[in-house]
Amino acid sequence: MYDKLWLIPFFPLLGAIINGLLGKRFIKNEKVIGAIGTGMLFLSFLVSCKYFIQLLGDSVKSHQNVIASWMSVGKLQVDWGFLLDPLSALMIMVVTGVGTLIHLYSIGYMHGEEGFYRYFSYLNLFVFSMLMLVLGNNALVMFVGWEGVGLCSYLLIGYYFEKKSAGDAAKKAFVMNRVGDFGFLLGLFTLFWALGSHGVWTINFVEITENAHLLSGDMILGASVTTVATLCFFLGATGKSAQLPLFTWLPDAMEGPTPVSALIHAATMVTAGVYMIGRMNILFAMSPTTMFVVALVGALTAIFAATIGFAQNDIKRVLAYSTVSQLGFMFVAMGVGAFTAGIFHLMTHAFFKACLFLGSGSVIHAMHHALHHAHLDDDAQDMRNMGGLRKKMPITWATFGISCLAISGLPFFSGFFSKDEILWWAFASTRGNKVIWVIVVVAAFMTAFYMFRCLYMTFYGEQKTNPKAKDHVHESPWVITLPLVVLAGLATVGGLIGIPHAIDIAHVGNKLNAFLAPVFHHSQELYKIEAHGSASTEIILMVFSVAIALAGIGFATVMYMKDPSLPGKFTAKFPTLHRVVFNKWYVDEIYDTLFVNSTKKLGIFCWKGFDVKVVDGIVNGIAKLVGALSSVLRYTQSGLFTNYALTMVLGTVVMLAIFILN
Amino acid sequence: MTVLTSLPQFPWLSLLIVLPLVGALLCLMHSKRPADCRALSLATSLAVFGVALYLFICHGQGEGRWLLYEDVSWIERFGARYVLAMDGIALLMVLLTSFMQVSAVLLAWRVERHVSSFFALLLLLEAGLMGIFLAYDLVLFYLFWEVALIPMFFLISVWGGANRRQAALKFFLYTLVGSFFMLIAIIALYQIHGAQSGVYSFVIGDLLQTQLTAAQEGWLFAGFMAAFIVKSPLVPFHTWLTDALTESPAAGSLDLTGLLLKTGIYGLIRVAFPLFPNATENFLPILAILALIGLFHAAWSAYHQDDIKRLLAYSSISHLGLVVLGLAAWQFTAWEGSILLMVSHGITTGGLFVLVALIQERTGTRSMKELGGLWGQAPCLGFLFLLFSLASLGLPGLANFSGEILVLLGTFQQHPLWAVIALLGVVFAAAYILRLVQGVLWGPAYKERSVPDLTLREWIILLPMAILVVWMGVYPEPFLAPMHGAVETLLAGGLP
Repeated sequence: MYDKLWLIPFFPLLGAIINGLLGKRFIKNEKVIGAIGTGMLFLSFLVSCKYFIQLLGDSVKSHQNVIASWMSVGKLQVDWGFLLDPLSALMIMVVTGVGTLIHLYSIGYMHGEEGFYRYFSYLNLFVFSMLMLVLGNNALVMFVGWEGVGLCSYLLIGYYFEKKSAGDAAKKAFVMNRVGDFGFLLGLFTLFWALGSHGVWTINFVEITENAHLLSGDMILGASVTTVATLCFFLGATGKSAQLPLFTWLPDAMEGPTPVSALIHAATMVTAGVYMIGRMNILFAMSPTTMFVVALVGALTAIFAATIGFAQNDIKRVLAYSTVSQLGFMFVAMGVGAFTAGIFHLMTHAFFKACLFLGSGSVIHAMHHALHHAHLDDDAQDMRNMGGLRKKMPITWATFGISCLAISGLPFFSGFFSKDEILWWAFASTRGNKVIWVIVVVAAFMTAFYMFRCLYMTFYGEQKTNPKAKDHVHESPWVITLPLVVLAGLATVGGLIGIPHAIDIAHVGNKLNAFLAPVFHHSQELYKIEAHGSASTEIILMVFSVAIALAGIGFATVMYMKDPSLPGKFTAKFPTLHRVVFNKWYVDEIYDTLFVNSTKKLGIFCWKGFDVKVVDGIVNGIAKLVGALSSVLRYTQSGLFTNYALTMVLGTVVMLAIFILN
Repeated sequence: MTVLTSLPQFPWLSLLIVLPLVGALLCLMHSKRPADCRALSLATSLAVFGVALYLFICHGQGEGRWLLYEDVSWIERFGARYVLAMDGIALLMVLLTSFMQVSAVLLAWRVERHVSSFFALLLLLEAGLMGIFLAYDLVLFYLFWEVALIPMFFLISVWGGANRRQAALKFFLYTLVGSFFMLIAIIALYQIHGAQSGVYSFVIGDLLQTQLTAAQEGWLFAGFMAAFIVKSPLVPFHTWLTDALTESPAAGSLDLTGLLLKTGIYGLIRVAFPLFPNATENFLPILAILALIGLFHAAWSAYHQDDIKRLLAYSSISHLGLVVLGLAAWQFTAWEGSILLMVSHGITTGGLFVLVALIQERTGTRSMKELGGLWGQAPCLGFLFLLFSLASLGLPGLANFSGEILVLLGTFQQHPLWAVIALLGVVFAAAYILRLVQGVLWGPAYKERSVPDLTLREWIILLPMAILVVWMGVYPEPFLAPMHGAVETLLAGGLP
C-alpha cells in the first residue's frame, strides 16, 4: 500500500543528478533543464497527492516504509525508512506543491544565467533533502535531511559564488546552523540513552512516541530528562528556523537568488524546526518548562524581528525579517501546545510568504532589467528606488497585496485563521500565558504595519526609479505570474480548512484539526493541554486582533500614503533609535566580538603561540644543542644527511642485538 | 582466543608483505626504464589490492577474533617468531592500505626524478605498513615499524618541497625517539615474561599472560605510548606532522595521512591496550583529555592556515583526536566508530590531498591567497573538492559522518561530558573546512591562468574514492561487520 513512498524523494534526487551531471555539457538547453527540474518535482507532487488521498481514506494513520538498513552497531540500529502520517503527509504536499510552483517560476527568473543547470540541480537536491527531513521515520534520517537542506541552502546562498558577500553569507548560515545541530545531536544522544536505560533502544519516531511515557520521572543534571533533551532539540530548531539567538544568518541568506529565498528561506527549510517539534510533540508536551521556553523565545523573536523590519529599505530584507518574525509565531503556537495551529500557520505562511517573495522577485526582476537597459547600477532591491509600480505590474501588485492582507490577518484570508488560532491558544491554553499573548498581539500589529509600509513603498505613490529606467519596468512573463496567482489564491482560501468552532456557522468543522488529530491528540490529552474559554471570549478576541491589524495598516497608510514626510520626521526626532534598529540592534557586531573574533584569536594563539613558539622552539633548541655537541664530533660527519639517518637505524638495530644477547 | 591453524593454508598474509617487496626489488633492477617501473608498481599494487579484496570478501567473516593466522618459527634462539595475524580491524587497515597504494602510485605517475627509486620506496613503504598491521610478534612489529619509517623519510627528503630536509629530519627524529622507548619496553617485557614463565617469546599472545606489578606495567606502557602517541599524533607531539605533510611529495602525503598516521592508533588497539590493561584503564582519562585538546587545538589552528596542505594537516590531527577519544571511551559503539572513522578519514583526507596536488600542478600554488574561483574554471575538480570537503566536515550521508556519530554516541554513554565537548569541536570543523572551500572554489577566478579540468588518469584515482565516500556514508555495514568480533574481544580482554 505505502511501499512506494521512497519515490517521493527519489524523483527530485534523480532530477538533481541528471541536471548536475549532464546539464552543462550535454543538455545545455535551458528549457529542457527547467522542464526536467520542474517535471521531476511535479511527479513527486503527484505521488504525494496519491498518498495523501490514500491516507485520507485509510483508517490507520501511520505507515512506515523501510527500504534498506543503514548501520547497526551494538544497540544502535538505523534504517533508511520513511514514515507517512497526517503530519508528514501535509508537509510533503506543501513542499512538493509550493516547490513545483517555485521551480516553474525559476525558469523565468533565472533565464539567461550562466549556471542555470547548476541552479536547478541544487534546487532539486534541496527538495530531496527536505523530503528526507519530513519523511524520515527516525531521527538520523531526519538529520540527513536536516543537514542536507543546510548544505543546499549553503550552495544556493553562495550561488553567485564570485561575490565575496555571497560566500560569506553562505558560510555564516552553515556554521550557525552547525551550532544548532550541536543541540540536535545532543538531544538525540540524551534521548537514545535515556530510552535505552528502560530497555528500549530506538531512534524511530513511532517507537519514541509509544515509549515516551517511560521517561517521566527520569532525572538528569537536576532536571527531567525530557526537559534536557527537548531543550537541546529546541536549540537545533532555533538554528534551522532562525530564532533568537541564532537568527542572524537568515537576513544575510538573501544573497541567494530570490526564488531560493521563497522556497528555502520562507516556505520550507526554515520551518523544519517547527516540524521537528511537531514530530516529537509528545516529548515537548511532557516538559512544561521547555514548552514555556519555546513559547517565550518564539514571542520575543516575533517582536524583535518585527522591529528590525520597520527600518529596512531592501525589499528582500523586510521579507526576511518578517519570516523570522512569523516563525516566531509558529514557535509560540508549539510552545503553548497549539500544535495544529503551529502547523496550520506553517502552511498558510508557506503560501503567502512564498507569494510575497516571488512577488518581490518579480519586481526585482523587472527593476533589474529596466536598470540594466538604462545602464544604471542603482540598487534593484531598494524600495526607495521603486514606488508606483501598481500600474506597471498589475498582477504582481494584486498578488502581493492579497498576501499582505493575508499576513496581516484580515478576516477570511488564510493568515487570519491560523494567526487567530495561535492568539487564542496563547490566551486560553493550559500552557498559555497572558504575557506571551500580549507580546504576540503587539507583534501582529507591527506585522501589519511593516508589511503595508513595504506594499506602499513598492507599489504606490510616485515612481522614484531613475527617469532613464522608469519606462522600462514591465510586468513579468507568465511563468512568473502564474505561480504568483496560484499562491495568492491559496493565500486567500487556504485558511478555510481550519475554521474555528466559534465562528463555524455553516458547521463545516475544523478539517485540519481533525486531520492532524492522530498525531497531536494523544499528547494533548495525556498531558492535559487544551484551550478552554467561551465562544464569546473567542469572538471578542478575534475582533480585537482584527482591530489591531487594521490599526497597523492604518498607521502605515497615514505614514506612507497620506503624509510621506512623516517617516523622515520620525527618524530625525529619534536618530539613535533609528540607527540602532536600522543596524539590526548590532547583534551581528556583538556576536562577532564575543564569539567569532575571540575564537579566531584562540586559533592564532594555538598555532603561532603554541605550535610555532613553544613546541617548535623547544624542539629546535634541542636540535641546536645536539648540533653544538656534534660539531665536537665533526670527524664522523660525511656531509650526507641521509647517512645520519641510516646510522640511526643501524644504531637501533645494534642496540636491539646487544639487549637480546645480554 | 581461538587460533585457526588447523590446516596448512596458503600464506595470504605473507603474500601481502612479499608482493610489494618483490615489486620494489624489480623496480630497482629496472632503474633505466622509468616507464616499466611505473607499470610494474601499478601492477604490484593492483595485485596486492586484489589479494586484500579477496581476503575481505572470502575471509571477512569468521568465528572468534582471528580471521587468518600464520605462525612460523623464526629466530629460535630469542623466541622471536614470524607470526602474522589478521582480525577484522587488521583486515580493514590492509584493505585501506592496498587501496590507497594504488591511488598513490597513480598519483606519482608524473614523478620525473629517480623514478625507479621513488616507486621502490613507495612499495617498500607498503610492505612496511602491511607488516605493522599484520605482525603479531613484537620483534616483527618493531622491525616493520622501522621499515615503514625509512622510505617515508627518503620520500620527503629527496622529493619533497622547499623545506624538505628540515621536515624530514623532524619526522625522523620524532618517530625514532618514540620508537626507541618502545624498543626498550619490548625488551624489558620479554625479559620479565621469560624470567617468570621460563618461556622466552615475543609473540603478543604469549606476553598477554605476563604478571606485572603496577610500576612495571606503568613504565612499560609508557614506553609503548611514547611511540604511539608521537605517531598518532597527539598534541603536543604533533608539529612534525604539519611540516612533514606540507613538505612531502603528493603520493607521500597520501600515504602519510591515509596510512602511516593510523599506525600509532593501531598500535594502541593491537599492542598497548591488550598488553597493559590496568595501566590502560588508569591512562584512559588522560588519553581523552589529550585527544580533546588535539581536537580543538588543531581545529582552531587549521582556521588560520593559508597553505591548504597545512590546513589539511591540522584537520587530520583534529579528526584523529576524535578517533582517539572514541577509543578512550572504551565502549563498543565508540570503538567501532573510531575504527570506521580511521578508514573513512584516510579516504576523505586522502582524496583532498590528491586534489591539492592536482591544484598545485595546475596553478603552481597552494596558498589560498593566490587561489579561488576554481568552481567556475574546473567544475569536475571543483565538485570533487566540495564532495571530499563536505565529507570531511561530517555531512550525514557521507563517509566521516558514520564514524563520527558512532564515536560521539558511544562516548556519550560512558562519558557524556567528553561527548559534549567533542561535539562542540565538530562545529569548528565546519568553520575551517568552509573557509577552505571558499578560498579555493568560490570567489573570482584568476583570469590570467587557465585551469584544465580532470584528466582520465585523475578521474581513475578520484572516482573510486568518491564512490567509497558515498558508500561508507550511506551503507557502512560491510565495513562494520568484519570488526564486530575483534572489537568485542579487545574490549572484554582489555579491561576487567
